[in-house]
Amino acid sequence: MIKHTKSKSFYDTFERKGPGQKVTHYCPGCGHGTIHKLIAQALDELDVQDRTIVCSPVGCSVFAYYYFDTGNIQCSHGRAPAVATAMRRVHDDAIIICYQGDGDLAGIGTTEIIHAANRGENLTVFFVNNAIYGMTGGQMAPTTLFGQKTMTTPTGRTMAQDGAPIGVAEIINAIKSPVYVERTSLGTPGKIQKTRKAIKQALQNQVEKKGFSLVEILAPCPINWKMEPLQARKWLQEHLEPVFPVKQFRDNSDELIQAQFSTKLPWKSDEEVLDYFGVNKEQKQVKQEKEIEEQLVKFSGFGGQGVMLGGVLMANCATEEGLNATWLPSYGPEMRGGTANASIIISQDSIGSPVVDFPNVLIAMNGPSLDAFEEKVHAGGTILVNSSIVSQKISRSDVTAVYIPVSDLASEVGMIAGANIIMLATYLLVSKIMDINTLRKVLPESIKKKQFVDINMKMIDKAEEYFKEHLS
Amino acid sequence: MNRVAINFDECKGCRLCVEACPKNCLHIGNRINKIGYQHAEFDSEQCTACGICFYMCPELGAITVIKEDKKAVHHE
Repeated sequence: MIKHTKSKSFYDTFERKGPGQKVTHYCPGCGHGTIHKLIAQALDELDVQDRTIVCSPVGCSVFAYYYFDTGNIQCSHGRAPAVATAMRRVHDDAIIICYQGDGDLAGIGTTEIIHAANRGENLTVFFVNNAIYGMTGGQMAPTTLFGQKTMTTPTGRTMAQDGAPIGVAEIINAIKSPVYVERTSLGTPGKIQKTRKAIKQALQNQVEKKGFSLVEILAPCPINWKMEPLQARKWLQEHLEPVFPVKQFRDNSDELIQAQFSTKLPWKSDEEVLDYFGVNKEQKQVKQEKEIEEQLVKFSGFGGQGVMLGGVLMANCATEEGLNATWLPSYGPEMRGGTANASIIISQDSIGSPVVDFPNVLIAMNGPSLDAFEEKVHAGGTILVNSSIVSQKISRSDVTAVYIPVSDLASEVGMIAGANIIMLATYLLVSKIMDINTLRKVLPESIKKKQFVDINMKMIDKAEEYFKEHLS
Repeated sequence: MNRVAINFDECKGCRLCVEACPKNCLHIGNRINKIGYQHAEFDSEQCTACGICFYMCPELGAITVIKEDKKAVHHE
């Protein structure tokens, strides 16, 4: 009768690079293999292999996906708990394992582990602590012991220079949310059995949806410790265990504190998401009856002049007419008073980049905008200037200049802030790319404060009136 | 009889099983396996199929522990 053999949660052969289709890439005497076996055995016993996803880290165990016959995501350095959280949100029933080393979890990924633990995510984290960066060749890790010689602490780690070894189990235990925190060791056969039990308990907790479990496992790294495998196990017991006490820090798994709310987000179809954002309009056939010149617009002014809204309305007019449009805002940190500009592209073709470096239409609502962009306008382009506040004239002769006192006109209507609408309406009338009535249609939908719809509609009338008298 | 089956070509000769076995059933032999290590060998009647060697061994499939099925023998 076979009593102990290779778990069925492992692949039969490992399709990895390098020699041997049956052996791991781990060095002789490494702790990872044993931990892999304990995890695989627990998966077998809990019968969850087919719904398990292992998040493999960066480090020696990055290749866990060669061995575990489960789902796998190879995460960025230290980010396994964040990736696992995302998976938890969409797969309620998945058994998600974060398998991380000390460089990965305690060094690079401290943020992710602490917040995943604090959220009490229903995850299981196995933290393999061998007090050194193994894969990269034995540099100091946050868990490296005082006096321990590594590549980067050639005379031994010191408090003054490197700080103290980090106790991850202690840190996680200081957080209220986790259900289960234990530190175990691979020092002796007896301790390996305790590790086996802890690993199974941590997975059992997840199966029962109890919350966050972390098992820190003290493991040897004979190669980087520069020891024989047997000597490394001895050193592990004599040096690592006194610094990182092997004990159970917390076990609330008997208390039935199932996650109070389901972390799974309700599934939304693409259609529903578009509906939610109010953009689920039928895609119109791109207007082709007349050929239009692609408009590369820079709508520029100072913050508060409404250049962003002006740009949005312009883009909305374009899409309403079945043209393609992009709108890209650019502004400083100030809500009012800084400089601001919006880049708008309107085209019958697909638009690659929304960036406008060289516009063929410049709308300058103030003097600095004209200074900044006048030279960049394409030859043959158009510059519209708010002549109420911009006194200078355009120096170039290869562009069409349109001067409109939009701020004065807006004041006449009764709201100086409506200057942007007058400017936009004038642009529509001058360029003839889009119909002015499209703006009348789009404007009420695009303005958030509905009490300003009427006065803005009057701005459009004013622009039309001025255009007929002075510009046509 | 209880025994330990070793896939010789999966052994890296780390000696962890040899040292851990309470009955001294295992030793490192002289033969060199496919991946270049002197591998562990089993040669004993003292094995209790306790599984300590299995858990100490860092390789995923190098060791299989087989316990004598006394009932099966009896039925024969």
